[in-house]
Amino acid sequence: MDKFTTLTGIAAPLPLVNIDTDMIIPKQYLKTIQRTGLGKGLFDEMRYDDQGNEIADFVLNQPAYRNAEILVAGDNFGCGSSREHAPWALLDFGIRCVISTSFADIFYNNCFKNGVLPVVLPQEAVDHLMEDARKGANARISVDLEAQTVSASDGTVFGFEIDPFKKHCLLNGLDDIGLTLEKVSAIDVFEAQAKTQYPWV
Amino acid sequence: MTAHQSSAPKTLYDKIWDAHLVDQQPDGTCLIYIDRHLVHEVTSPQAFEGLRMTGRTVRAPGRTIAVPDHNVPTTEGRDKHIDNEESRIQVDALDRNARDFGIHYYPVSDIRQGIVHIVGPEQGWTLPGMTVVCGDSHTATHGAFGALAHGIGTSEVEHVLATQTLIQKKSKNMRVEITGKLRPGVTAKDITLAVIGKIGTAGGTGHVIEYCGEAIRDLSMEGRMTVCNMAIEGGARAGLIAPDEKTFDYVMGRPHAPKGAAWEAALAWWKTLHSDEGAQWDKVITIRAEDIEPVVTWGTSPEDVLPITGAVPAPESFSGGKVGAAQRSLDYMGLKPGTKLTDIPIHAVFIGSCTNGRIEDLRAAAAVLKGRKLAPGVRGMVVPGSGLVRAQAEEEGLAQIFVDAGFEWRLAGCSMCLAMNPDQLAPGERCAATSNRNFEGRQGRGGRTHLMSPAMAAAAGVTGRLADVRELMAPA
Ligand code: SF4
Repeated sequence: MDKFTTLTGIAAPLPLVNIDTDMIIPKQYLKTIQRTGLGKGLFDEMRYDDQGNEIADFVLNQPAYRNAEILVAGDNFGCGSSREHAPWALLDFGIRCVISTSFADIFYNNCFKNGVLPVVLPQEAVDHLMEDARKGANARISVDLEAQTVSASDGTVFGFEIDPFKKHCLLNGLDDIGLTLEKVSAIDVFEAQAKTQYPWV
Repeated sequence: MTAHQSSAPKTLYDKIWDAHLVDQQPDGTCLIYIDRHLVHEVTSPQAFEGLRMTGRTVRAPGRTIAVPDHNVPTTEGRDKHIDNEESRIQVDALDRNARDFGIHYYPVSDIRQGIVHIVGPEQGWTLPGMTVVCGDSHTATHGAFGALAHGIGTSEVEHVLATQTLIQKKSKNMRVEITGKLRPGVTAKDITLAVIGKIGTAGGTGHVIEYCGEAIRDLSMEGRMTVCNMAIEGGARAGLIAPDEKTFDYVMGRPHAPKGAAWEAALAWWKTLHSDEGAQWDKVITIRAEDIEPVVTWGTSPEDVLPITGAVPAPESFSGGKVGAAQRSLDYMGLKPGTKLTDIPIHAVFIGSCTNGRIEDLRAAAAVLKGRKLAPGVRGMVVPGSGLVRAQAEEEGLAQIFVDAGFEWRLAGCSMCLAMNPDQLAPGERCAATSNRNFEGRQGRGGRTHLMSPAMAAAAGVTGRLADVRELMAPA
């Protein structure tokens, strides 16, 4: 997994609430057996018409936002299914950070496994950044994970909260499985104990 | 385990959590042991590939169960050949992975195959007090047994395969109590939709919900699974219901349930699995069962719930970001504010899914359909949740009722719940569905989904529009 330290880039505004994982990446893209290549399906139904042509209005189809690396979105982003294809698609498109007032749990977790940073900020901060994002290439937003800040183009700085362990893993690009396997003796002990206590499991 | 037990009153969630704690860091990051891992074809290939690339293996294949369900066709001949190449590749990959890593497997040729959340309980893999995970958000279903069950992403699937644990922080405790008795025509699906309508799709975020109260106790195990299934639609990762005699009766004798002395030992522990008097709750919601009516969804979020006696709302009646979302929903759904819900015509009926694809659901729909027919021009599809449900429904004569009413009688799978296989709505088609998500495009691009109970879906089918099932019920 790639590290996430700092990021300065164009942010795309997507001021919809309850953007679900079916909207982020619809099912026809779930038939892949790979993690890569999903960027073309990101927001498919909002991005393309029935003939597969781009819908000019959609934010990521506008020239200013084709290289967006940050997404500013409405409340409850990523609700719905557990599909990790959602962060895979964002990442493959080039988005490394999503900012919203809240995220659905599973999506939030999945982001961290893929080097994507979900940032939770209060409504006023998200509104401010949404306005900033509307300026397109004229406004760059900066994210600093170490300092836990997001800076708007006018210099306003917003601090955000993040779980220290998740932050540590993301800053260092650590593989969870490797970390857990360092505790394999604790798992062995647990299993042995469970075998006597709950033998039917 | 014992080391973590304290005398403070605990919730059911606390108890199961404590019994599975392998390690806890000072910052609260925990390692939780996983008793059952359910695997399906869509969210697992990348996880197995990850194991191969790193030379890792499946730590506990005996705790791991695989079944293809999401994209398998639901028509005859699928055990010989699957036309869609990508689907075939995914199913073949699951076949190979199950064989290579030695995990329990129910291929499409096996009568026990079905939707993973129906197969687990049916085969006795799901037991009270367990931790159960699956790369699918509706894993919450298994919470009906008093098991801590939730969906995980593919990286976590790989993590569980390799370590039989998950890295987690503890969620908060939320209690949803449904007091009193349901009125006629009101079912488990109406309860779960009414709860989401009340708390919103983010209302349970960060929480594990325990459902309790008389109306929940009165539900069958099937009904309880329907309720817990949609905990995720309320934003909660897991839903729980304390096990009781109904739970034990359901579990007893299932192929993988404990037997003899092991059963007695298990039962003794299971009987301690309830929230203690005085346990602390972070959030409490109470709904009176008598206040719940048969409901349907009108929009594209499961929180867009209204009694069937209502009318399509105006976007301005909402506040904040929901105004725009409601407008967008109405545009997508092709609905005008003020339209009576019972005046909305439908084109299709879908009965099935892990929410309502069990035998009781088929019985409820068949009870309405008996001696009736689908309205002209309405297409109906029944997709049993498993091969065993299908066989039982045939034995009970339900299949014949569906066929006589003009429904297609399909093989088991997820089918039109997410339309990954050929079972899809055409753009603009409107469907009365017993599944759990009414998102844009969920049942096919441009398709319009109204969520409801099986009896309500059947009522919609025979009247050709959204309908109040109470008007079709024989007077008591
Ligand atoms: S039936 Fe629908 S909700 Fe249930 S597991 Fe299948 S696709 Fe998911």
